[in-house]
Amino acid sequence: MVTLPLSSQNTSPHGRSIQIRNVSHFYEHSSGHLTVLKNVSFDVAQGEIIALLGPSGCGKSTLLRLISGLETPTGGKIGVDGVRINGPSPDRLIVLQDSYLLPWRTIKQNVALGFEARNLPIDHGQIDHVLDMVGLLSFSGSYPRQLSGGMAQRATLARALVNNPDILLLDEPFGKLDSLTRMSIQNDFLKLSQSRTLTTLLVTHDVEEALLLASRIIVFTPRPAQIVDDFVINLTEPRHRDNRDFVALRHNILEALGHVF
Amino acid sequence: MITVAKELAPHKKTIGIFSFFKENYTIIGFSSWFLVSLCSFFSLKEHNYPGTYFLIWSSLFFSFFLFLLPFLKFTHNNRIIKFVFLHIRWFAVLGFIIFFWEMVTAYAKLLPLPFFPSPQAVLNIYLTDFFRLSESVLSSLLILVPGFLLGSFLGFFVGAAIGWSKEIHYWLHPVIRFAGPLPAIAWLPIALFIFPTIYTASVFLVVISTAFPVAILTASGVSAVETGYYDVARTLGGSPYFLLRHIALPSALPQVFVGLFMGLGASFAVLIVAEMVGAKAGLGWYMEWAQGWGAYANLYAVLCLMSVLFSTLISILFKVRNHVLNWQNDGVKW
Ligand SMILES: Nc1ncnc2c1ncn2[C@@H]1O[C@H](COP(=O)(O)OP(=O)(O)OP(=O)(O)O)[C@@H](O)[C@H]1O
Ligand SMILES: [Mg+2]
Repeated sequence: MVTLPLSSQNTSPHGRSIQIRNVSHFYEHSSGHLTVLKNVSFDVAQGEIIALLGPSGCGKSTLLRLISGLETPTGGKIGVDGVRINGPSPDRLIVLQDSYLLPWRTIKQNVALGFEARNLPIDHGQIDHVLDMVGLLSFSGSYPRQLSGGMAQRATLARALVNNPDILLLDEPFGKLDSLTRMSIQNDFLKLSQSRTLTTLLVTHDVEEALLLASRIIVFTPRPAQIVDDFVINLTEPRHRDNRDFVALRHNILEALGHVF
Repeated sequence: MITVAKELAPHKKTIGIFSFFKENYTIIGFSSWFLVSLCSFFSLKEHNYPGTYFLIWSSLFFSFFLFLLPFLKFTHNNRIIKFVFLHIRWFAVLGFIIFFWEMVTAYAKLLPLPFFPSPQAVLNIYLTDFFRLSESVLSSLLILVPGFLLGSFLGFFVGAAIGWSKEIHYWLHPVIRFAGPLPAIAWLPIALFIFPTIYTASVFLVVISTAFPVAILTASGVSAVETGYYDVARTLGGSPYFLLRHIALPSALPQVFVGLFMGLGASFAVLIVAEMVGAKAGLGWYMEWAQGWGAYANLYAVLCLMSVLFSTLISILFKVRNHVLNWQNDGVKW
């Protein structure tokens, strides 16, 4: 796979800070309110990669949707660079848990969706570059139904990355990949976020993945999600699974998760 | 204990008449069509008109064509040869059916005559009444095609609006719910006095019989789009128009085509009835006219013509659908 930087012509400083203040959220259910988030507060500095860990159904995806602006929290405030967000924006992109590739468009046309949505000229070079990065260049003419689950996930990642977002919200983006592809994509992703200081929130179930990629790991309780612990990861680079600090941190995080099970 | 699955055993060979039939289909086709030709030849005494000559020569030609088919496969393996080969058993049986039909009508006279004419008599209609028949086809198409196109566009836009806008849905959905189930032909008496000519009235009937199913299915297609697709397009910066144009409408298209097929079928029905009742031209009128004269051969002739014409129109719609929805490449084949 090709090395990055993604876009050389882009000179503006990338990555933005996110402020999450006392955010609560509930959904209307037939049986009343279902509180999913309860007083969640944390800050994300520019360029950080934050991994969000927590038991299934605790509200991680919901939190990402709120930050993306697709939904408005029922309580609290979310800001970017100190400005309260107001709806979705293309420089704050979310990669959903399900891929939602448009079945009537080829992979390349799906990746071009962001350009078309904003009436920008389609940057074919950039699209090919990103497709190459996720290893799908040879499938650019294929339709989504011809892709495996993992390939569809990679295509979804490409569809977001091609738009050069400042903030990337990833909901288990590597969940369906085999361990080799996953490692390779994780590496590419690391290079990418270092080269252009992306601010990233990454929801994952994989503690090792979080430890390999994140600069901070936030652990949530079961629903309604509250923050249990907030680990700052200062491991020696390049990180390695067998490193003693790595193993110790993994133990602590699993314990933090375990406390809440 | 391991048992050999039944499916793994080699398929039993079809036995008896069927296997003979399968392996010698070209010869059987040759003989059946040759019989037709022979039979028509001996019917010349009683049936001395162009249709009989046509049947003699065309079935003779076809029988030899089938006879030579295995050789033609090597020399000219074109689309026609392939098609005939693919449907060879049908063609062989068709010869027997026509042979049987001839025997029953032209020879044994088992069926009451004016109602069940012989195949040569029906063929004769195409040769002798060619002009009136083609005029009828043209006249029907002049109602059907504009009516169907107009109805499709109308149904598509109204359906898209209903599926997209809550406000429009609120006002139009009840209208469609109540007026939609009415068979289009029920509007005929009203159409006849609202519209100045029988032609415009017939076009109107085709328009509504197309527009209703198309509108209903377009609306349901648009409103069935998963919100995840909208979420993706919204975060990428898509405007509501972009969402409609690039998410909602394309994903409703498979449903729209279901509506178009329903509409086309309903259009055939309404067209024929309207022409039977009020018109002075068209296939429906031709049937009415033939029946009035007790010309049953004409009736069968126009019936066959109609089935060819309508199935061709449906084929065209299938072609369009397969072209537009080529990303699906499955679904019902025609
Ligand atoms: N649109 C919605 N309407 C109603 N309830 C919802 C909706 N979306 C999510 N929920 C509920 O909110 C809770 C949290 O869902 P969420 O998807 O945020 O969990 P999650 O932490 O991402 O889980 P997982 O790790 O399994 O993906 C769940 O109990 C779910 O039933
Ligand atoms: Mg989730």
